[in-house]
Amino acid sequence: MMFVPGNNPGMMADAHIYGPDSIMLDLEDSVTMAEKDAARLLVYNALKSIDYGTTEMVVRINPLSTPYGKKDVEAVVKAGVDVIRMPKTETADEVRELEAEILKVEEEIGAVGRTQIMAAIESALGIVNAFEIASASPRMMGIALGAEDYTANLKTQRTPGGDELRLARETIVVAARAAGIACFDTVYSNLDDMETFRAEVEYIKTLGFDGKSIINPRQIEIVNEVFTPTPKAIEKALKIVAAIKEAQAKGSGVIAVNGKMVDRPVVIRAERTIALALASGVLTEEEAAL
Amino acid sequence: MMRHSKLTSLEEAIRRSGLRDGMTISFHHHFRGGDKVVNLVVDKLAEMGFKGLHLAASSLSDVHAPLIDHIRAGVITKISTSGLRGALADAISHGLMEEPVVFRSHGGRGSAIASGELHIDVAFLGASSADELGNACGYSRSENAKSICGSLGYALPDAQYAEHVVVITDDLVPFPNMPRSISASLVESVVLVDSVGDSSKISAGAIRDSKNPRDILLAKSAAKVVINSGYFEDGFSIQTGTGGASLAVVKYIREEMISRGIKASFALGGITAHMVKLHEEGLIGRLIDVQSFDKVAAESIKSDPFHQEVSSIEYASGEHKGSATHALDIVILSALEVDTDFNVNVLVGSDGIIRGAIGGHQDTAADSALSIIVCPLLRGRIPCVVPKVTTLITPGASVDVVVTEYGIAVNPSRPDVAERLRKAGLKVVDIHDLAAKARSIIGTPDPLPFGEKIVGVVMNRDGSLLDYIRNI
Repeated sequence: MMFVPGNNPGMMADAHIYGPDSIMLDLEDSVTMAEKDAARLLVYNALKSIDYGTTEMVVRINPLSTPYGKKDVEAVVKAGVDVIRMPKTETADEVRELEAEILKVEEEIGAVGRTQIMAAIESALGIVNAFEIASASPRMMGIALGAEDYTANLKTQRTPGGDELRLARETIVVAARAAGIACFDTVYSNLDDMETFRAEVEYIKTLGFDGKSIINPRQIEIVNEVFTPTPKAIEKALKIVAAIKEAQAKGSGVIAVNGKMVDRPVVIRAERTIALALASGVLTEEEAAL
Repeated sequence: MMRHSKLTSLEEAIRRSGLRDGMTISFHHHFRGGDKVVNLVVDKLAEMGFKGLHLAASSLSDVHAPLIDHIRAGVITKISTSGLRGALADAISHGLMEEPVVFRSHGGRGSAIASGELHIDVAFLGASSADELGNACGYSRSENAKSICGSLGYALPDAQYAEHVVVITDDLVPFPNMPRSISASLVESVVLVDSVGDSSKISAGAIRDSKNPRDILLAKSAAKVVINSGYFEDGFSIQTGTGGASLAVVKYIREEMISRGIKASFALGGITAHMVKLHEEGLIGRLIDVQSFDKVAAESIKSDPFHQEVSSIEYASGEHKGSATHALDIVILSALEVDTDFNVNVLVGSDGIIRGAIGGHQDTAADSALSIIVCPLLRGRIPCVVPKVTTLITPGASVDVVVTEYGIAVNPSRPDVAERLRKAGLKVVDIHDLAAKARSIIGTPDPLPFGEKIVGVVMNRDGSLLDYIRNI
């Protein structure tokens, strides 16, 4: 998920050419008070007129407690955004409030249920309420960590090792999985240190995150490299899925691949590997069907 | 002073040259943005009262803005060049000169000089070092080296064909300044000046890889085109430009050359540190250098016998029997605009102002086996794939592939290349769709308010007329 300032037409016009899975046009922190209205109009028109192809379009709105939040919701829902990202979410009630606002606009334009919600958790209270937030609405598609505000709230700062974020990251992954939705890690802003960035992406993948937020197209390649399954992993996953299909056809419950027993979690992991390989374009539907 | 020394003052050299009003003087542009020779000489010519001169430079840039006053005063009344930039280009675009500027490619200029179509009366050729007899080159072996530029390729036709040659240097070295680029046998006078160029503006020091994500994306895509074009095999030859994307292409091609065990026979044209690196690694056999783009290249040409200086005639002149472009497989070029007929404009901006140079664009596109244009679809709010180019510089017939961030367009005359790229899984699109895409994002720009006056003529490399540039 690539962050793009909502007041920069040059960057908005073709952010999708770099191939991010999703683009988050920002109306919140990257836009000054004086430019809030202009940015909202720009983002509205970008969503209406630019063909972003299959890229998932997210807009980070201003908090509903500000004079801009509701106007943001109205504009982006009318423009057909896929996902609204709510910043600084602390309670499930806030999610429900946003849901009600979205519904109001959707009813007006006759497109009820089209808009999904992602909640950014950026405070200690948000982490404590993570599961309630994640399960607050059927529109919830994911939760994400916003580390800068979170560490400020904790009265600490970010370090290269990320010790200060450990509980938040693990809590978000567990809450997302418990609610059956996706989870996204925070941004890494030092563009001159791609090695530490890669290490962080590997680390958060191990924790169980579905993806990473990025601030520059140059970070896309590394995220894709880390998250794209290796040819070896794909081959193994295909074997497992093939074996389970064969076993089911024969009516046998337990299977073995390469002499090792394969149980249900292994099959789920294999299916997830294949889904990721398909999504990253390293595996075609035909190859997966073989 | 040695016996038979040709060393003299600039004024005396001009007097001895027999220069008269209305004649043609010539210059090279190897000192690029740091050049001091053109302004120094033309200032002196103005002071001496010359009028109506034709200035024939291999190219002109921002640093030559003082020519505006000399044009207004009638000292210079005609210009021939490969390109124009900065305030001089602005003024000329707005109609400063009565006679149109004649734009030629580097190869086209070489041909025109050799055929006599562009007759040079006096060539004023800056050199990084020279001895008192006039043996001159673009580097220096002395400790006083001030302004090195490497190859003097664009100056060699002038030295060979001009009626009178004045070498101007800021590093006078003892005879013999050999090996040399310009032979003393072609030189009439040698002038020592404080400085021929600002070395910080002649060439970049260490070249950094581009961090611009669009450049990187375009470069990766262009590298994939090269690798899957059918021409990427042992012994291939290549030329690239110096833009961020072109330099990055070299980096990605290098990785593939190493992994496949492929070596190039030569790299041609403007030589950069990147090419020198590949040569020194054994990945490129020879460097054929008409212009050294940075200090690394300039140092390499001084010491490496397989890094060969060539004149613009040997480099790229269409009919010339020795032209290296005839042996070139792949060229990667940039563009300001490409149109749906694959015509390219590298000279006139979308605002109608001259802001570029033909360089070797026409020559390499025409002669290479595969020409690849790397051009973003959009530069900010400016569409770069358009229905019709503002000014025709390189005819679409010599352009094979256009690489944009929205896909790769292949000239319908090259179905073989399109097929190979498609098979490799690259996104091959119709160039009309690219133009439509640009329009859908940006809209249709208002037509440019060109006037009636012709301020420039664009020559094709064979001496035929390609297009006019009108005032704006």
